[in-house]
Amino acid sequence: MSGAQESRREAAASLEKIGVTIRDGGPGDEVAGLRPSWVALPESTDEIAAVLRAAAGHDLAVLPVGGGTKLHWGPPPERCDLLLDTCCLAAAPDHAAGDLVVRAQAGVTMEALAGLLARSGQELALDVPMAGATVGGTLATATAGPRRFRYGTARDLLIGITVVLADGTVARSGGRVVKNVAGYDLGKLFTGSYGTLGVIAEATFRLHPLPAQRRWIAFTAPDPHAARALVAALAAAQAEPSAVELDWPDPGAPLTVSALIEGTAADRRAAALLPLGEAAALPPEYPEYEDDADGALLELRVPPASLATALLTVRDAAERAGLSPRVSGAAASGVLRIALPAHEGLSGFVSAVRAAIDGRLIVVAAPEPLMRRLDPWGETGALTLMRRVKERLDPGRRMSPGRFVGGI
Amino acid sequence: MTEMADVLPGRLAGVLGADAVITDPVRLRTYECDGLTYHRATPGVVVLPETAEQVAAVVRLCNEYGVPFVARGAGTGLSGGALPRTDGVLLVTSRMRRIVEIDLPNRRAVVEPGVTNLAITEAVRDQGYYYAPDPSSQQVCSIGGNVAENSGGAHCLKYGFTVNHVEALEIVTPDGDIVTLDTRDPGYDLAGAFVGSEGTLGVTTKITVRLSRTPESVITLLAAFRDVETGGLAVSRIIAEGIVPAAIEMMDALAIEAAEAAVRCGYPQGAAAVLIVELDGPAAEVAGQFAAVTRICEESGSFELRTADGPEERAAIWKGRKSAFAAVGRISPAYIVQDGVVPRTALPRVLAGIDRLSAEHGIRVANVFHAGDGNLHPLVLFDDAEPGAGERAELVSARILDLCVENGGSITGEHGVGVDKARYMPRMFSKDDLDTMQLVRCAFDPRGLSNPGKVFPTPRLCGEVPGVRKGVHPLVASGKAEQF
Ligand SMILES: Cc1cc2nc3c(=O)[nH]c(=O)nc-3n(C[C@H](O)[C@H](O)[C@H](O)COP(=O)(O)OP(=O)(O)OC[C@H]3O[C@@H](n4cnc5c(N)ncnc54)[C@H](O)[C@@H]3O)c2cc1C
Repeated sequence: MSGAQESRREAAASLEKIGVTIRDGGPGDEVAGLRPSWVALPESTDEIAAVLRAAAGHDLAVLPVGGGTKLHWGPPPERCDLLLDTCCLAAAPDHAAGDLVVRAQAGVTMEALAGLLARSGQELALDVPMAGATVGGTLATATAGPRRFRYGTARDLLIGITVVLADGTVARSGGRVVKNVAGYDLGKLFTGSYGTLGVIAEATFRLHPLPAQRRWIAFTAPDPHAARALVAALAAAQAEPSAVELDWPDPGAPLTVSALIEGTAADRRAAALLPLGEAAALPPEYPEYEDDADGALLELRVPPASLATALLTVRDAAERAGLSPRVSGAAASGVLRIALPAHEGLSGFVSAVRAAIDGRLIVVAAPEPLMRRLDPWGETGALTLMRRVKERLDPGRRMSPGRFVGGI
Repeated sequence: MTEMADVLPGRLAGVLGADAVITDPVRLRTYECDGLTYHRATPGVVVLPETAEQVAAVVRLCNEYGVPFVARGAGTGLSGGALPRTDGVLLVTSRMRRIVEIDLPNRRAVVEPGVTNLAITEAVRDQGYYYAPDPSSQQVCSIGGNVAENSGGAHCLKYGFTVNHVEALEIVTPDGDIVTLDTRDPGYDLAGAFVGSEGTLGVTTKITVRLSRTPESVITLLAAFRDVETGGLAVSRIIAEGIVPAAIEMMDALAIEAAEAAVRCGYPQGAAAVLIVELDGPAAEVAGQFAAVTRICEESGSFELRTADGPEERAAIWKGRKSAFAAVGRISPAYIVQDGVVPRTALPRVLAGIDRLSAEHGIRVANVFHAGDGNLHPLVLFDDAEPGAGERAELVSARILDLCVENGGSITGEHGVGVDKARYMPRMFSKDDLDTMQLVRCAFDPRGLSNPGKVFPTPRLCGEVPGVRKGVHPLVASGKAEQF
């Protein structure tokens, strides 16, 4: 038997011994063309720790996975021996309605959570753009939707977290009270860490009461400058919109700017905003996330006041690259999605936009061959410190290696 | 520490100029404590840098000599976070007070760390904006200190804490590099990790804060109750109706008595508890909430309700609450300000527990708290002239924290751990929790020079070379350290 086969056999034996459900990886488990040898299905934090300890003993690379809705996001992992599927960590959430907090295991879906909370007239004010997303996956990718303008993103709503490090250490930070400054906030570090620091096992969130009313209004804007002016006026309006969104289906079309008003007297407050622009057809309840399965999905982050320049830059760069982009997103927060068809021109487009804007452009998802030809994360500040954090928490570089900024 | 005394001040003066380096023992004493005055230490040397480059130069010198450094803002901290080291450098930000940029189109301001919290709001108020986190110390405390403590304020129930309003930080790392941590950058949220780290991950030299729009309408209510329980009931019902007030504050009979003695706030006669509820936002929304809160308070047994919708009337309502900490000085020679948190629904149970502790030990406790989020500030009163009273007060104060932890809460809601509560951290966190947090510390500050001895009860050995190490660590082999 070869050395590799031998060590694989030993790893399998160790994994089997811990009493956690493990199955062999199949074609359906592939991540960016890499097939994991095993898939572990732990049912508790202790079981995650047992899996990770066993993995540590055999130098296995581990990739945590939730609903699998965003597994194609980010660059492909360098290696992936074991998929740690959190699907079975889905015990009934512990909802303390009187305290407006909920604690949920990583595998609970955001829909299930929302359903439970709605029964008490409450919600986690985090718009989840895709069906099937779990608590763990939403945190790991820091996905947020339109209402980030008012409520912030996952990091702002998370008040406690339980994580398991690569060596099986279970660590908690925060707690189950909203106001709490005891110790470092590991939740901030793990939110948006793409599985590279450890496994998120459990999270506690602050909740909000479901708004009494909810009204979207929409305007049309002939060009990016008009759209920017409208966005600025809505953002500053004392009707206090919860969201100010933009949609630009293609560079030849006009833009739609919409705003969400929530709370008491939402109708009246929304009506008061109508004179700000030319009314347009109402968008659906939540502007949809583009289906990015075949195309490329990018995220543009710019200061809101640079919106018009950024949009024009995107238009021009796309035209030169022979691409037709759809741009939409949280305009007042300066976070926009760009959906593009999968096309050779992608990497040229990305470098052209990066060179011109005062902001960041991230390639969230793209078909693998295109992804390999570019740096999906682009430049960032503080990379040295980020590497040092990674080295301390995962010295063996076994957690989702290669998926994050700077090849972390 | 002869180098400290002989060589370092001269080198520091070489970098900063002699007028920015204090070694005179009398002047050094000004800096020996923060707002928690019973922890004192005279700093080895005090420096007053004016720029990030100077801060970095100071930190590099500290590294060269292996000397610890402590950052200090306004020194209003209540957990001894800015307690200096006799063997170290105290880096005071009082000369870094420029508002670098106000950028209203992007709703942000860029400021140096020594700028006071209130100065930011004052700079943008006329244009209809403000900086939301509002610690009661906002007239004096520095934004750098706010970042280090993740400070809150009465209005954080609705608007959140410092961390929710910081977009980017420029920091000097513990090894002397100037680095920007921007929440918009891809990668780990290091700005989020830095906020609240109490000066143990470096010194912040520039802060980009988010500005908020001044609400269209603000209404403040004062409701008087015959006892704390009914006041607490009103709070629960307000929350249960789906209202998130900007603030809900409560004071008990003893706290009211103290405030009356100190500032004659003129709260309703016979009130054993007062509730201050502030509603803000769009006028139409506030009007609806106001009607609901009024009804709830009346139904819950409030015997007098006052309303303020102008600045003066509002100030009159807040006067008693805002003076409460200092006011207890009128009714007690000495006191300890405690800061604990409990889930809001546990408030009645915990307040009853505090009453029992108070009776059992013969120590009076005045309660002032942010009722909306369960953040208690019990004021533990004692006479320092009475033998043993200080110890009994300490004990009561510690037992209150136990009550908070037992009820699922926290040992600190806003004042921080500092030097004061490091020993309580193991009551809330396991060894693994604390060790993991300290891995982050090791990433930023492997030599442990940045504000050592704060937050964590036992420092963790960072080891020399992070990364994949095979075999035994040399220190472990030599018996000098345990493997971690
Ligand atoms: C009367 C009174 C009322 C208060 N009310 C509140 C309240 O409502 N809410 C609340 O949250 N707090 C409150 N506090 C506590 C205190 O004001 C806050 O913690 C404040 O943020 C401290 O700011 P400072 O500038 O005084 O910091 P300091 O006391 O000087 O320092 C506090 C900590 O910050 C670190 N630090 C300071 N500057 C920097 C820097 N540039 N970089 C890195 N670390 C730094 C120090 O090392 C120390 O650990 C109150 C205090 C008093 C005295």
